[in-house]
Amino acid sequence: MANSNQQDSKGLLGWIDDRFPLTSTLKAHVTEYYAPKNFNFWYFFGALATLVLVIQILTGIFLTMNYKPEASLAFASVEYIMRDVSWGRLIRYMHSTGASMFFVVVYLHMFRGLIYGSYKAPRELIWLFGVGIFLVLMGEAFFGYLLPWGQMSYWGAQVIINLFTSIPFVGPDISLWLRGDYTVSDATLNRFFAFHVIALPLVLLGLVVAHLIALHEVGSNNPDGVEIKKYKDPKTHIPLDGIAFHPYYTVKDLMGVSVFLIVFSAIIFFAPEMGGYFLEANNFIPADPLKTPPHIAPVWYFTPYYSILRAVPPILNSQFPGVAAMGLSVVSFAFLPWLDRSPVKSIRYRGGLYKKWLAAFVVSFIILGYLGTEPSNVWGQFASDLPLVGGADRATIVARIFSVVYFSFFALMPWYTKKDKTKPVPERVTA
Amino acid sequence: MKTKILIVLALLVPLMALANEGVKLDHAPIDPNNQASLQRGAKTFVNYCLNCHSAAYMRYNRLQDIGLTDAQIKSNLMFAGEKVGDTMTVSMPKADAKIWFGAAPPDLSVEARARGADWLYSYLRGFYRDDTRPTGWNNVVYDKVAMPHVLWTLQGEQALKIDEKTETHHLVLEKQGTMTPAEFDETVADLVNYLVFMAEPFKERDKHLGLLVLAFLGLLFVLTYYLKKEFWKDIH
Repeated sequence: MANSNQQDSKGLLGWIDDRFPLTSTLKAHVTEYYAPKNFNFWYFFGALATLVLVIQILTGIFLTMNYKPEASLAFASVEYIMRDVSWGRLIRYMHSTGASMFFVVVYLHMFRGLIYGSYKAPRELIWLFGVGIFLVLMGEAFFGYLLPWGQMSYWGAQVIINLFTSIPFVGPDISLWLRGDYTVSDATLNRFFAFHVIALPLVLLGLVVAHLIALHEVGSNNPDGVEIKKYKDPKTHIPLDGIAFHPYYTVKDLMGVSVFLIVFSAIIFFAPEMGGYFLEANNFIPADPLKTPPHIAPVWYFTPYYSILRAVPPILNSQFPGVAAMGLSVVSFAFLPWLDRSPVKSIRYRGGLYKKWLAAFVVSFIILGYLGTEPSNVWGQFASDLPLVGGADRATIVARIFSVVYFSFFALMPWYTKKDKTKPVPERVTA
Repeated sequence: MKTKILIVLALLVPLMALANEGVKLDHAPIDPNNQASLQRGAKTFVNYCLNCHSAAYMRYNRLQDIGLTDAQIKSNLMFAGEKVGDTMTVSMPKADAKIWFGAAPPDLSVEARARGADWLYSYLRGFYRDDTRPTGWNNVVYDKVAMPHVLWTLQGEQALKIDEKTETHHLVLEKQGTMTPAEFDETVADLVNYLVFMAEPFKERDKHLGLLVLAFLGLLFVLTYYLKKEFWKDIH
């Protein structure tokens, strides 16, 4: 392949191609990467996640030029960016909105994987790299949230680091080691800054590259869940249902990008706090180690897992089961390729059983997410004379029920996907 | 007739029911595009608030955004030897303030974003006489607040009355200050309007920019839509 390119290209490009696989790389990944022609709405979010990653890196660079990772200066330096740095407020809002929008597009991207079985063989590694990206992204969001040094930054970090304290025997030492101090302090801020601006972004970029290399090795899945490589043109060896990524999907993604940017800009210019979901009001109060806010809520993208943490009752006076359940709720996604025993990939050809479980999972995710933003007494208490639940917070009981549904979606998957009646899968893509 | 309305207002406006789960906040009647209101609010702010509270991220010349010239800012709103590019600091040391008041007055630069306009509007109108407090004042929105009623010469003195039938509390104006209740509410609304502006000075200006950006992106969408359609003609 590379040899033929070297012969084709002349001039400067030929000079480069003799020394570096420029033309052949572009061909393999862009102009002659054949993607199924039946991508639908759900296939925009991979490209959009890449776009948000670029936005975060670029705006992050400019924020770093003016931000001070020092406990006594951090809050003021953010306000300096908001007021005195040219266009600083917009750069900061792009970054803060970008953080939330990253999770929006990544959740939609993951949901696409769920409905079309994109994690199934031969794409298990793509999925695992993806789960890795998701975990690193959560780390990025957590470390980054401390940097504005507001009350929510401070107490959110305090709560999350304290979770490690509940690990039997070594917990308190681990927390101390993570914090670098006995409370969240300047030392913590400095290391979180280092993690946020260099350590995790490097890992993230590496994982994104691995995600894409693995994808281009096996080829994209599609809404029908059929392998387009099965039917190729005998002469050109191009899949009959495949079209070149460029120009077909580059122009299509360009359209998706303009719609995304309309939403993104509308938030930045008209509702950067997004009603307290993207920027919390309490975070406009500088961090005060002596004043604990009455209600500490994580940002919306963490709330389903936070709900699960709160829902699990302490066992033997230890909070560890809740922490373990929260960890498991995030990591569960990684096991999907081996939990799913269905012979078909796409929801189009699955039976009703899987659809019902998926619907139950989505409902649990949303309800747990909502409850995580509210204090656990948000729905009041059950009457004290009721059996089992008497006097308990209603929201806690609801969160417990939906936590069970959440985990059952994963734990029972081997059975219900095997039992489920599937429909015949067509040989070629349908649209 | 006018006095009758004022009496009714005096009775109705400061009504703030104290239910078990906190206070019902009054809606702050503010208009971020009303420059006269913002200027009146700035005047109240520098005269009454900016002695104990700083606004250390706000520069005086940012007040150009509410239609004031540097000369106007200097002669009307700056009383010490600051420069017009300085931020709104106060000379009271935080450590002393903590001893004097029991809590250091917070910086007010972004207070409106932390509390919200309705909270500020209700709080500033919610002071009442309470002899058990060291300052002689308490507040229905912020119980046992360390801050005294700074605007009391304007509003006068309110008392907290308990309605035993409905088990609610409400405020009654017992001694009127230099302003009528309606005038005082308007002054507080102007002040809150200013505090909201100060918390995010570029917000209104950026909205105009936002409309341009959205118009541009709308056009971009139309172009990319037809571009995609053109390229995909031979696919479907």
